[in-house]
Amino acid sequence: MLTEFGKIFIFMLVAAFFVVVAVIAAKFIRPARPTHEKQLTYECGEDTIGTPWVKFNIRFYVVALIFLIFDVEVVLLIPWALVYKQFGLGGFLVGAIFLILLGLGMAYEWRKGDLEWVKAKVIPPTLKSVIDSDGSPKKIAV
Amino acid sequence: MIYDFLFKITDSNIIASIIQSLLPLFIFILPFALFAVWLERKVSAHMQDRLGPMRVGYHGALQTIADILKLVQKEDIIPNEADKPLFNIAPVLVFIGSYAVFAAIPFSGAFIGSNIDLGIIFIIAASGFVVAGILMAGWASNNKYSLLGAMRSAAQIISYEIPTVLVVLTIIMITGTTNLQTLSEMQTGHFWNWMILGGPKFGIAKFIFIPFMIINFIIIYISTLAEVNRTPFDIPEAESELVSGYHTEYSGMKFAMFFLAEYANMFAVSAIVTALFFGGYQSPVGYVGNLFGIHWLIPIEQFFWFTAKGIFFVFVQMWLRWTLPRLRVDQLMTACWKYLIPIAFVNLIIIGLITVL
Repeated sequence: MLTEFGKIFIFMLVAAFFVVVAVIAAKFIRPARPTHEKQLTYECGEDTIGTPWVKFNIRFYVVALIFLIFDVEVVLLIPWALVYKQFGLGGFLVGAIFLILLGLGMAYEWRKGDLEWVKAKVIPPTLKSVIDSDGSPKKIAV
Repeated sequence: MIYDFLFKITDSNIIASIIQSLLPLFIFILPFALFAVWLERKVSAHMQDRLGPMRVGYHGALQTIADILKLVQKEDIIPNEADKPLFNIAPVLVFIGSYAVFAAIPFSGAFIGSNIDLGIIFIIAASGFVVAGILMAGWASNNKYSLLGAMRSAAQIISYEIPTVLVVLTIIMITGTTNLQTLSEMQTGHFWNWMILGGPKFGIAKFIFIPFMIINFIIIYISTLAEVNRTPFDIPEAESELVSGYHTEYSGMKFAMFFLAEYANMFAVSAIVTALFFGGYQSPVGYVGNLFGIHWLIPIEQFFWFTAKGIFFVFVQMWLRWTLPRLRVDQLMTACWKYLIPIAFVNLIIIGLITVL
């Protein structure tokens, strides 16, 4: 007996099979005349400088981390959303407290500037900003 | 049910489900992609006061078939620098991700690939599968444009998944089911039973729901638009800066597969919106089959209504493409994290409160 998830597995197999067959079938029709120029990396006709496999912008990592928190939250909330009505107001409050805690976490991230794609730059003090216009030294907290 | 019918004929689970899983591909996705590519070009042309393709067939109707014939004959170029195994696996993964979604979409009362209880959750999970394929394609191409496009695409898809899931959560809270077939059956009758108009239960709560459901619909439509990388959220393949994003290095049949997956995804997200808010396969006004007592006509009518609603939302996606300018990457993240998610959060709590009181 095939379960419902078994049917989905067959869907996935059929999809993979379709792509493989289509690519292989096209192989008999299409030409294959590779030249050096064709097989260069396509970057607007210029010679490629360096490799793209380098350190990447850290912002993507932060986005992935925040996403992870919210995704785990959703996994926790789905069973709650299915049954909370049986417990009346109490059942709802349990979920609501959890949601509010998460909202607070989100507000903290927001306040800390982690949702900002371009973070404000920290400008180190220079001699000009330390000394006032009249020449007297300003008191700066260290 | 088509599966039972096939099972009766073939007397084998495996063969029946293989035939069944071929059905959406050949009866639906391929003709739809042919039609949608043509529609996209025609819509964009007419919105810019051009004619679009006119030569091949009536008003260019056969243009896509000509394009496919061309794509089949194109050489399959794999750059020397590319990571070849991953480069070849990526289109398969992307297509598997977008086709698996179709397994759980209820096309009509008689046809749903797999009637799992976790329908909507499965769809969200399967659409996350595409991210792996896209990242793989970008990485394996060993091209700066590809990698940038893939990274942006991944960041965008995972960010906008959260508002989508929060909206889906409100639907689960109201209806108490995650099964898409049950959800569609609930919205039976006329259009005032659709979730966008408060759902099938008649009462005061129904009318209080309406404004929140409209907000929900707008949120999920925006975020699914971003999930399929359509304009105004198409920075992963912004032509003017990244050539073509993660499929820059692909050509020939593999490129065609990415393209097919993209159009399949466009319909899939429209189908999700339809199933959640616009009654799924239910007719807005009643069935001709019921009127004359022809019962075999009803599933066909349901299929027609589902396709019509889905294609309408695909049309709106195309319409938006020529109306709104592209967002910058920081604006994109701001729109998601600072507007959509807080609004969806508040919406979730308010709807929960209404359902309890």
